Amino acid sequence: MSELQKALESGVFAVTAEMAPPKGCDFSEQLAAAQLLRGKVHAVNVTDMQSACLKASSLGLCIHLRQAGLEPILQITGRDRSRMAVMGDVLSAASFGVDAVLALTGDHPVVGDCKESKPVYDLDSVGILRMLSRMEETGTDCGGNPLSGPAPRFFKGAAVTPVYEPRALQINKLRQKAEAGARYIQTQGIFDLDQFRDFLEDVDKAGIDVPIMAGIIPLKSAGMARFMNGNVPGIAVPEEMIARLDAAAAEGKEKGVKGLPAKLGMELAAELIAKIRAEKLCPGVHIMAIGAEKNVPGILEMAGVRI
Amino acid sequence: MIITQKKPPEEILSLLGEAKKVALVGCGQCASACQTGGEKELEEMKAFLEENGKEVVAAVLPDECCHKMLVKRELKALRDSGAEAIVGMSCGDGVQTVADNIQLPVYPANNTMFLGQIERIGIFHEYCRMCGDCVLGLTGGVCPITKCAKSLVNGPCGGQKNGKCEVNPENDCAWILIYKRLEAIGQLDKLGQTRPDKGYAGVSYPRHINLREKKS
Repeated sequence: MSELQKALESGVFAVTAEMAPPKGCDFSEQLAAAQLLRGKVHAVNVTDMQSACLKASSLGLCIHLRQAGLEPILQITGRDRSRMAVMGDVLSAASFGVDAVLALTGDHPVVGDCKESKPVYDLDSVGILRMLSRMEETGTDCGGNPLSGPAPRFFKGAAVTPVYEPRALQINKLRQKAEAGARYIQTQGIFDLDQFRDFLEDVDKAGIDVPIMAGIIPLKSAGMARFMNGNVPGIAVPEEMIARLDAAAAEGKEKGVKGLPAKLGMELAAELIAKIRAEKLCPGVHIMAIGAEKNVPGILEMAGVRI
Repeated sequence: MIITQKKPPEEILSLLGEAKKVALVGCGQCASACQTGGEKELEEMKAFLEENGKEVVAAVLPDECCHKMLVKRELKALRDSGAEAIVGMSCGDGVQTVADNIQLPVYPANNTMFLGQIERIGIFHEYCRMCGDCVLGLTGGVCPITKCAKSLVNGPCGGQKNGKCEVNPENDCAWILIYKRLEAIGQLDKLGQTRPDKGYAGVSYPRHINLREKKS
């Protein structure tokens, strides 16, 4: 059973982090960061060419992480894979001991860095979850043919965007993900806890019962926050937070100290995590450090979270 | 309507190569409506080719360029014209239907873009991807296969901002359109219905339909 599943089922505050494979074949930087995460998080998501930008495959880094003694979560999108390719990849993943997946539809190639690539989208996030659930229940492949030996079992998850209008549409899709077999949900980065609380209440009202882990993005600067507000769907960093980051930058300039905004970003992230945990708002957090994975242990320490 | 767009004229000249005597075949249906293969465009093409040293020896405008028997009849006019090549000013279907009827090189004057709606003269929008298994009954008459850049059948992805698609911010998110439409017609319950994933076994191309086959 995956460590994440154990944590969520036993009521331990669950923590996952996220990591991207390299745009190349040297994984040493990722493996070094992974060593810092060992024992600090329950599992590490490995992204599947996030933002449709080419990277080494998620499966490759998952195998590396597994061999290094970490718990990887295979993120798998339908953007570049037919249902056959998705199933082939998860079977290979299982043979390496990868037992958690996160099914996503995937960003469109047109928004990425290999724009001529053919979008596949044979199955979306719901379709992938359904196919894997069927495989587990019936021991058959995507064509209904029996697998050799028992079907692998995965702790299956999906994503949700709490800041979304009309919210009912997003909650409807969340319901379909849960019905299709999602056993945990990670959210897009959240910054406003009141807004998030309100979203969770609506999920409750809709009768959807699945653990939702709050997505946490440690901000590095006011510029990053403004960029995400303008360009990343589902991200809404409050103006007050941006003003504090601006003030930190000004203070750093005055004192000649570098890195104050990033440090504040870590503190803000830790503050959010600590509040979420204290209020029991949701059963865990998913930290997306976007290249600054080395900061994750520090954020967790500031938040007072130990796994 | 099959929406077509003119190719750059230099491309047509390059395709024609050394051929001197050229015949033109337009289309009285879609290509006429798209201003790519009607009477006016045939005249313009004739003038352009003649400016570039070609001789246009014949020009015909079948009512529909995708109708094999009809095109066959129209092409009789080309038989003794001495044409060395034909410029097909229709959709790709029309160009091939012409080629099916005559042993001459047929070159396309247009790119075939999509099956679309004419909003008004000169303004076209893609409306149907001819997926072979229409889902409009479940989606309030708004097509997620065509209007969603990812053709998602189970609801939206997270990639919309202010109701616009991240793939092309000029486009509305199809699933928000579907949601609003279902709400307006009192069918929001359809949103919660489980939809089967699209399958592709039945749509391997080229497809054929024969209404004359004996029913067994």
